[in-house]
Amino acid sequence: MKIAIASGKGGTGKTSLAVNLALSLSGLVQVLDCDADEPNVHTLLPLNEETVEPVYTLVPEFDQGKCAQSKECAKFCPNHAIFAGKNGVSFFPELCIGCGGCILTCPNQAIKEGQRKLGVIHSGRTKEGVHVVYGELDVGEPLVVPVIKAVKERASMVNGTNVIIDCPPGVSCPMVESVHGSDYAILVTEPTPFGLHDLRLAIDTIRQLEIPIGVIVNRAGIGDQQVYSYCSSEQLPILLEIPHSRRIAELFSEGIPFVTQLTEWKSKLEDVFHTIQERIC
Amino acid sequence: MKELVIVSGKGGTGKTSITAALAVLTSNAILADCDVDAPNLHLLLAPEIKSSEEFVEAKVAVIDSELCRSCGVCETTCKFDAIAPDFRVDPIMCEGCGVCYISCPYNAIAMRERLSGYIYTSETKYGPMAHALLLAGESNSGKLVTRVRELASKLALQNNKDLIIIDGPPGIACAAISAITGTSAGLVVTEPTVAAIHDLERVLKLFEHFRIPVMVLINKADLNHKKTLEIMKYCTQNGIPIVGKLIYDTIMYKAVVSGRPIVEYAPSNSLSNNLEEIWKKIEQQLDTHNED
Repeated sequence: MKIAIASGKGGTGKTSLAVNLALSLSGLVQVLDCDADEPNVHTLLPLNEETVEPVYTLVPEFDQGKCAQSKECAKFCPNHAIFAGKNGVSFFPELCIGCGGCILTCPNQAIKEGQRKLGVIHSGRTKEGVHVVYGELDVGEPLVVPVIKAVKERASMVNGTNVIIDCPPGVSCPMVESVHGSDYAILVTEPTPFGLHDLRLAIDTIRQLEIPIGVIVNRAGIGDQQVYSYCSSEQLPILLEIPHSRRIAELFSEGIPFVTQLTEWKSKLEDVFHTIQERIC
Repeated sequence: MKELVIVSGKGGTGKTSITAALAVLTSNAILADCDVDAPNLHLLLAPEIKSSEEFVEAKVAVIDSELCRSCGVCETTCKFDAIAPDFRVDPIMCEGCGVCYISCPYNAIAMRERLSGYIYTSETKYGPMAHALLLAGESNSGKLVTRVRELASKLALQNNKDLIIIDGPPGIACAAISAITGTSAGLVVTEPTVAAIHDLERVLKLFEHFRIPVMVLINKADLNHKKTLEIMKYCTQNGIPIVGKLIYDTIMYKAVVSGRPIVEYAPSNSLSNNLEEIWKKIEQQLDTHNED
């Protein structure tokens, strides 16, 4: 089973939940950290025997000798990454989305497929045996979705593995790419107007993907009741409430998953997992 | 004109609460919410929308099922897995590049404009505000951020203001880069947690990459004194000014629930006093960089 953990708003506790859920399950567990901008799973779950591989995106490679200055590539380029002037073409790699259209439109076969590095993928196991894969976008690089795709391509194919996907905040392409293809999405929110506002946006987005959704209210008790009224009116199940607790926040600050200290939470998180299993089967 | 962008790397460190407090303390700036994916600043500043415009930047491919012969060329050429097995375009995955359109041998594909969001010009008690909303499942948040910043600059000229305060998005990719590039200075709101420190280092490198001066504010500083010291040491070693520290107090959440900036909700609270001090330091930093 693949469970995506998303939120809309940042800092609601996605990573903490992903890690603590992974440590509460028995059997084969894999965590995919798709927040390649700012991956944090490994700050709570250090990896042993880590492997690191680069991620590339497609970019055009121009053969200026073959270029007959048709300017077709520049005319096509949807993101204006190619400028065709008097002295041949100039290419701005950071604007290129890697669609390959320039290669198809060049009448002189003067463009071939090249590569540009976007970041790296780390993969390894924790001392508890959890398999963790995370993407790390190069600083200064705007294009994150191919890195997320590369993380997801490493999802375990081993039968019976439960895959937990820690998603980036927001509701645009990186979040959509991360959640896409999951069997279930857990949305982590906090009971404040900020939490509610972004929860609504996230739900509108994930409903388009036709993935069943459940909500976990983190820092329960800190705000108001509106998240609860919203969930009840939208018939969204509240899978769990995690109370506002300075102790949990302090453990997080040290990089300690709270289930390792507050062990009673293991069975609660395991129950959440079983509830999800029942809902999707 | 100066632009101050507030970012964090990690989400949920308090960017928006702090931006709203600064908006009150300056009372003479243009405000811009550039977290277009999940904008929250309007929940504290109660803007009155004066005008809105559609954000139509991207295109989406549409396959005419009557002309389509299911040859599969589009599926092979699309780099974004946007062609479903039944030869329909999945608009969520489609980047609107037009590669399928040019490669279809039967001219069965058209490119249509797509409405991706709205851009708003608003008025708040604290000054004019530029903000936006990206529609569910839409991409191009970087371009929308740029449009919001362009609108904010226009409002600054019209209203004769020389400061724009930008509430930025989390992360360091496309939307964050669009919010940061070309600004006068950045304020990074961080917290003393292992995760936030990891993200802080990456976002500070992003400022270095774009050669933009940056300062740091440590929120929830008493949550972990050791980690707060670690942040201070890191910033000192790298010559990054720390404009202040705020303690972890749940009154911040109460202010959010009340829909008001903390400095208005609890003006005599120590957090509000600290924020006044912090704002003075930020102004000094902005002036310093102006002289450079």
